[in-house]
Amino acid sequence: MTGPHTEHVEAVFREERGRLLAALARRFGDLDLAEEVTSEAIEAALVRWPVDGVPPRPGAWLMTTARRRAVDRLRRDRAYAARLAFLAVEADRAAPPAGAGGDLPDERLQLFFTCAHPALNAEDRGALTLRCLAGLATPEVARAFLVPEATMAKRIVRAKRKIREARIPFRAPGRDELPERLPGVLQVIYSIFTEGYAASAGPDLQRPDLAEEAIRLVRILRRLLPAEREVAGLLALMLLIHARRDARTGPGGELVLLGEQDRGRWDRTMIEEGLRLVPVALGGGPPGPYGVQAAIAALHDEAADVATTDWPQIVALYDLLLALTPSPVVELNRAAAVALRDGPEAGLALLDELAGEPRLRAYAPYPTARADLLQRLGRLPEAAAAYREALGLAGTEPERAHLRRRLAAVDPDAD
Amino acid sequence: MKYMMLINSAGTGEAQEEACEASFEDWQAFDRAVKDAGIFVTGHSLADLTTATVVRVDAGGRRTITDGPFAETREVLGGYYVIDVPDLDAALDWAGRCPGAAGGGSVVVRPIAEFEG
Repeated sequence: MTGPHTEHVEAVFREERGRLLAALARRFGDLDLAEEVTSEAIEAALVRWPVDGVPPRPGAWLMTTARRRAVDRLRRDRAYAARLAFLAVEADRAAPPAGAGGDLPDERLQLFFTCAHPALNAEDRGALTLRCLAGLATPEVARAFLVPEATMAKRIVRAKRKIREARIPFRAPGRDELPERLPGVLQVIYSIFTEGYAASAGPDLQRPDLAEEAIRLVRILRRLLPAEREVAGLLALMLLIHARRDARTGPGGELVLLGEQDRGRWDRTMIEEGLRLVPVALGGGPPGPYGVQAAIAALHDEAADVATTDWPQIVALYDLLLALTPSPVVELNRAAAVALRDGPEAGLALLDELAGEPRLRAYAPYPTARADLLQRLGRLPEAAAAYREALGLAGTEPERAHLRRRLAAVDPDAD
Repeated sequence: MKYMMLINSAGTGEAQEEACEASFEDWQAFDRAVKDAGIFVTGHSLADLTTATVVRVDAGGRRTITDGPFAETREVLGGYYVIDVPDLDAALDWAGRCPGAAGGGSVVVRPIAEFEG
């Protein structure tokens, strides 16, 4: 059976799964147990609800079912006996008050911080976040990161084991710790997004599903932390970039650069939503890096074309971003903006200052940007060499195809 | 939950000379804080690495004793604490307050294995 009804049921469960998982993980201190009984409760609902009707408080029904299963399981397991006694006491003491209308309290914030905990391996954090908070199954998470299922299963087991054995707590940091811990959570979500927006490898340039998962995650986080301006900034940034997805690839899946994109194909609704968030992200205090990047994306999205883009303002925002998060990648982007403000010569001079930066050595956008400016200056043999260098570094086939076309334009002898 | 904090100093050579060493008073204050918090299980600082000796027993049961190991690695274990705190975040917080974590050193936090039965 497919159709709007099924999709609705699945969407409800996807949303509910993360909430159940978060509440149970916190209550029982065991992510594995929480995952198992969450799945069991959802399976039970799929069997019972069509027969008995949907209960008046579906979330509470799922929670009660899952909690009973967890307690049953703990009772059967002798090793857990002592722990159960301890947990019963803890659960009574920490019993969360029921929210308005009997809604379950949302404990996903705690789970966000556990999944993105700095004590976990960096590459495991995104996987765990996708699995626990976006509700993706292990094979889907494996596809998201382009690794074999077995590898991803091992990573998830490794991460859960560390959470359990090193006792990484299911708790959200207090006000004073938040500035230190929130960037880590945002970084995890942003890296899921960038992998979707510009896949690091594989046949496709973009994987919009993954970018949409990241947007879904940051929307949840925004509801949980409405006062955090950087959360608004990250949502704005992702919306303002994702709005261009349809124009970013041509009919054959080839890369289309910002300057050549058909701006009529940009998603205006998404841009409007992003633009409304930029002042929220930048207002009421010193700006954060995601807010500044959102402001840069907004200037691109508001411009009719490259020529009328407000490059002086973009360069100024890159200066601000550099002060907040100095990095050679930001320097590279700033140099490209300077080239459009002051001409290719000025941009190239800045790019050449970055030669020898270890972080740019294997970074295809660096030789690509140099090649582009060299080409515009008519220095074609140097441009060809830089395109060749970029070709050796680009991760996806559409990027390589794009570079081959650019190379052919500056070096007719290239094959 | 018990955690061991392995306190590594910056080792010998340039790194150590450049690093600003924690003062005796800093260590005293930290030690007092750990004990006042009621989380102290055990802890010692180790004598200089030049006094260390290595024992190995091969497959044939022969014992070899050698001087060392010498500080060829960048960091040298200089001491440890075992603390009893509720979770990793609490342990990491104490590790961050340890004078050995600053000035080019580091503190490795490891849970103590618990065996049931």
